[in-house]
Amino acid sequence: MLRYIARRLLLTVPLLVGISLVSFLMMHMAPGGPIGAGTDLNPKATAESRARLKAYYGLDQPLHVQYGRWLGRMATLDFGDSFSPDGRPVAEKIKERIPITLTINVLSMGLIFLVAIPVGVTSAVRKGSLFDRISTVAVFTGFAIPTFWLALLMMILFGVKLGWLPISGISSMDYESLGAIGKLADRSRHLLLPVLLAGFGGLAGMSRYMRSNMLEVIRQDYVATARAKGLPEGTVVFRHAMRNALLPVITILGLAVPDLLGGSVIFETIFAIPGMGQLFYQGVMSRDYPLIMGILTIGAFLTLLGNLLADVGYALADPRIRQG
Amino acid sequence: MNGTPGIGRDFARRLLRNRLAAAGGAVILFFFLVSALPGLFASHEPNRIDIVNILRPPTAVHPLGTDDLGRDVLARMVHGARISLSVGFVAVGIAIAIGLFIGLLAGYCGGWVDAILMRFVDMMLCFPTFFLILTVIAFLEPSIWIIMVVIGLTGWMGVARLVRAETLSIKERDFVAAARAQGAGNARIIFRHVLPNTLAPVLVAATLGVAGAILTESALSFLGIGVQPPTPSWGNILTAGKDNIEFAWWLSLFPGLAILVTVLGYNLLGEGIRDAADPRLKGR
Repeated sequence: MLRYIARRLLLTVPLLVGISLVSFLMMHMAPGGPIGAGTDLNPKATAESRARLKAYYGLDQPLHVQYGRWLGRMATLDFGDSFSPDGRPVAEKIKERIPITLTINVLSMGLIFLVAIPVGVTSAVRKGSLFDRISTVAVFTGFAIPTFWLALLMMILFGVKLGWLPISGISSMDYESLGAIGKLADRSRHLLLPVLLAGFGGLAGMSRYMRSNMLEVIRQDYVATARAKGLPEGTVVFRHAMRNALLPVITILGLAVPDLLGGSVIFETIFAIPGMGQLFYQGVMSRDYPLIMGILTIGAFLTLLGNLLADVGYALADPRIRQG
Repeated sequence: MNGTPGIGRDFARRLLRNRLAAAGGAVILFFFLVSALPGLFASHEPNRIDIVNILRPPTAVHPLGTDDLGRDVLARMVHGARISLSVGFVAVGIAIAIGLFIGLLAGYCGGWVDAILMRFVDMMLCFPTFFLILTVIAFLEPSIWIIMVVIGLTGWMGVARLVRAETLSIKERDFVAAARAQGAGNARIIFRHVLPNTLAPVLVAATLGVAGAILTESALSFLGIGVQPPTPSWGNILTAGKDNIEFAWWLSLFPGLAILVTVLGYNLLGEGIRDAADPRLKGR
């Protein structure tokens, strides 16, 4: 097992180098290099921040030296200072925004699991039934619905018409005056719609995926054997078939990370949630280049981490992989 | 799919017999018609501002209401259809071209070419696509063309993997060996024998890809970094919907429905093509 993890980690190294190279080159391919394009278009970039950037990138050095120095800074999570008026270090700004984004994404991943797996398994077991047909229609509709539009409709229905839920921010005005339980309730009310919507996109994909895995497994000989032994159908489905159908889902979870992160830009902007997605959006709108590159690099790193965890999880669950 | 008429006709018949796929195709044809002949579907000018009639709910004069500048929502949606559909097509065209090239090269050459290209694909997949698109847009001024190109440039990796896998298996088949034995060069084998056999899955990926590109464009335009007003697009009408969320539900409802129906149409057609090209996969 340790050997497998070591091998898997080694494979990550070239990817890390590649990611850093692409990020680095993106800054340099911009017309005029890292300070030209960015700062000319950005009225907020003062002469002082230009000088800071020049020093940050070491533009007087040859390209490979610049890359080496930049790589060293990345390794210590030093992304330079933001262009915004506060001029704070990018790493610090990202750090205070990450927890809320991760919380929402982890919660919505849990939601995807809780809903998609039973739906997928049931429609596979009862293929062609009314439930299967309804869930198939729902899945296709789910694939086609723009999440931000669904968010708007939910805000109109639950926020404006019914007045049940708040439609922006993560806490009410009187948040500080509430007790511990009140705080939790208030936070939950604010996060309910964002979590539902963040999970929505993955929900359709995951239940479809679970259904086809399950269909695949159910046809196999050992399932027929279990049935022939006279085991009750429930045992066959849950103890024998579902366990194996669940395996590839681990991989899909890893692959879901970039989509969830990308989605957080949209729903954090819509619901005015102060997370990394909103920070990124604000950075793009104000052309805050150090911030943009910092979040892009962190996003790629989180994706890589997600894939790595998924592969290790898969190996833990399936001995064929780690011995393969 | 070897260009044999019998197989082609068989494919078309299976596709048309699939009612859902046919419905998807009909929706797509309808929106093509709308884009080609906007005057037939909307009598108002998409950009005529009418201060007296701002944010009017649907009436006989304005069947889908008016927006915050008094512009007719139906007219804007009809003209926006052309924008949304062309973004989808151009973006996917770019993605397919790159994906085919990289996939064929990697699959056919194998060895270190394959290894390097596929590591490059893995690396590109590490960047959350939406982040990548936004980053590029931050460096350049957003315009319809930039949006098309950027969506295309960030969407080819799936196609490349697909084509590579197909190429790997096709190049080992007997008919390729036969062609080589007859003295066919690499170029001839790739373009006459390998490429045509990868087209069915690529067509499926392209159809589903158009749906994805339309969704991405609408999200970007909704965030104000895609198609720029006053040019109408389904996404940027929804921005007005969000700004007036408390009093104008029609601004939010109808453009989203148009996106939903169009994307659903492409997805159903794509699934239909997949089933028709390979009936063994049906129902999965």
